[in-house]
Amino acid sequence: MESIILQIAARHMRPLLIGLSLIVLYRGHNEPGGGFIGGLMFGAAYILYAMAFGVVKTQKSIFFNPINLTALGLLIALISGLPAIMLGDIFMTGEWYTFFQGTMMELKLGTPLIFDVGVYFAVAGMLMLVMFSIMEE
Amino acid sequence: MLLLLAILVGVLYGAAVYLLLRRNIFKLILGLIFLGHATNMLLFVAGGLTSGRPAFLRGLEGEAIGMSDPLPQALILTAIVIGLGVTAFALTLVYRFYKVTKTVDFDELSENE
Amino acid sequence: MILVLPIILPLLFMVVLIFTRRWLAFQQGFSIFASIMLTFVSFLILIDVQQNGILAIQPGSWDAPYGITLVADLFSAIMMTTTSFVGIIVMIYSPGFIDKERQTAGYYPLVYGLLMGVNGAFITGDLFNLYVWYEVMLTSSFVLIALGGSAEQLRGSIKYVTINFVASIFFVSAIGILYGQVGTLNMADLAAKMRTWDEPMYINSALMLFFIAFSVKSALVPFFFWLPASYHTPPMAITALFAGTLTKVGVYTMFRFYSLFVVFDQQFWTIFILTLAGLTMFIGVLMAASQFDIRKILSFHIISQVGYMIMGLGIFTATGIAGAIFFTVHNMLSKTNTFLAGGLVYQQSGSYDLKYLGGLYKAKPFLALLFFIPAMSLAGIPPLPGFFGKFFLIKGGFEAQQYFITAVAILTGLFTLFSMVKIWNEAYWKKEPEEVKERGKVHPSALIATSLLAAAVILMGIFAGPVIDICLQAGEQIVNPEMYINAVLKR
Repeated sequence: MESIILQIAARHMRPLLIGLSLIVLYRGHNEPGGGFIGGLMFGAAYILYAMAFGVVKTQKSIFFNPINLTALGLLIALISGLPAIMLGDIFMTGEWYTFFQGTMMELKLGTPLIFDVGVYFAVAGMLMLVMFSIMEE
Repeated sequence: MLLLLAILVGVLYGAAVYLLLRRNIFKLILGLIFLGHATNMLLFVAGGLTSGRPAFLRGLEGEAIGMSDPLPQALILTAIVIGLGVTAFALTLVYRFYKVTKTVDFDELSENE
Repeated sequence: MILVLPIILPLLFMVVLIFTRRWLAFQQGFSIFASIMLTFVSFLILIDVQQNGILAIQPGSWDAPYGITLVADLFSAIMMTTTSFVGIIVMIYSPGFIDKERQTAGYYPLVYGLLMGVNGAFITGDLFNLYVWYEVMLTSSFVLIALGGSAEQLRGSIKYVTINFVASIFFVSAIGILYGQVGTLNMADLAAKMRTWDEPMYINSALMLFFIAFSVKSALVPFFFWLPASYHTPPMAITALFAGTLTKVGVYTMFRFYSLFVVFDQQFWTIFILTLAGLTMFIGVLMAASQFDIRKILSFHIISQVGYMIMGLGIFTATGIAGAIFFTVHNMLSKTNTFLAGGLVYQQSGSYDLKYLGGLYKAKPFLALLFFIPAMSLAGIPPLPGFFGKFFLIKGGFEAQQYFITAVAILTGLFTLFSMVKIWNEAYWKKEPEEVKERGKVHPSALIATSLLAAAVILMGIFAGPVIDICLQAGEQIVNPEMYINAVLKR
């Protein structure tokens, strides 16, 4: 199925959806959002692209393999537990650090965010893997 | 509200069982999805319904009275994620099965060679 | 701190194996090394628990009733060590049995996914976390059982996926009901609260849902039909891994739950569990005796043997539990061993069907011995460990004055012997049939793995004394759940 409208839409929607997924990922700790939903959005961006252009072309347009992305996500999630051990706490304890304290740009980052990034990649990779294998003819 | 949700859970379970008993394999997958959602609703109802109350308030940690319990929702989220994984796999499986046997009929599942 | 290793090591191995999935030789070597490391870690935990009592930690530093607890008592440490050991054997066996396409399609990472789930289920102290580990384990097993995608496998795996998903749904519903009533998910905290609870209705209904879920997963009567319908479809190495680990996780969980949560109507639960145990043993072995495919005979045997383990649970004295634990460990080794030996039969003669087999003893006596040892051990012939397991179970049965179930257990033992002798007669002893399929050669790595496992079975028989001692200690811990509760809640 070749649809010009869908192709143009998909081409422009992809960066938009990826950007939105990153926002959702970042705000996820205290507000609705998070790694899982962000990952789904990221995967959806590529699935939309694959619907418009076909799986083969989509796989050529991405520089990563979905299964490697999943593995990377798992690795990141695993690593996010390690800073706690280095700081003398039990594995997986959330460690927080505030950047630019006292200024307007106050930014609180911690290991749960790293874990969320891991989830983000793992979910995105898994979703793309499954969907591509179903869409492949 | 509680009664309404309880009926909803019952209806979902009923639909799920009905679909699971059909001969069509794709309906089996639909049945599994319904079953998963029915259980998520059950978790939600069983965890206790509270409305209009915050789960956490800054500075009020430790004063649990008057707040809603966030745990059932966390459980449901986890169950949804797991359900997504299993459903995705089941879909792939059934699709492969369809491609190999060219049928969606359950009777093909029995081994009468 | 060592308690997180049985979970994060397999995850790490899995990631490494996914990234290197194209390099077959590396995968084969690394997975053997990794499983040895996993066994080493589990063994360290076992020693630690044996010397210092039950271990419990709180990953994430959230305190006991709120955060997720990891807790290892002797039973879980024993199970973890045995599982990882079975993992080593299967990893050595796989390169010689599974075809290259399956090996590079993610077989090795999936095995580590499975082991991560199994280990997680053994050491978690939180109900919902237990569910998550079950799903990790099951999802890996779903993919493993369908790996390769032949029509027969797809048929088997659709049944397997459906029934296991429905069982998981029962599990989650029970968690929901229990949480709604008691308001906690920490298993120790739940157990402590239940002991002062005055309304048994919801708790009993939740327990019954749990019981159904776990009897599906451990293939008890009347929920066992999925097992023989699916276990014979994947390659033998995968079936052997499943046979050695999956149903035993269900049995483990049943032990844990019975010990912690059954505080109301114990009379009813005892009769109920003993009845199901007797039926499971007997029906399983009868159905095994009627089959002619080696894989199906052995699959039905799994069911029958699960009955013995559950019988130990129904008796619920330290002796009975110790016998059941000993029997479970022995069963994980011997059962895997018989399946692996069945794989060797297939490599030799290209069939699993007893009608087309024969003369294997004459051809290769040593290979016949590799089947003979675990088969006789499963049937309960004295110097082998199966005898000691059954002996302690029956002793426990007599001590608890459960004569009927004990009689059923003894009778089932005879039938087990019969069906094992049937395989032996048909495949190894009878004359080679006329229209024989082409003969194949046994791969050396498959041979080494099976020999190692047979040696382990013999060693377990020789050192039965010390193993029984540890099992008795584990039995004490199961019979006195206060030890577990106090260790987790730090009272």
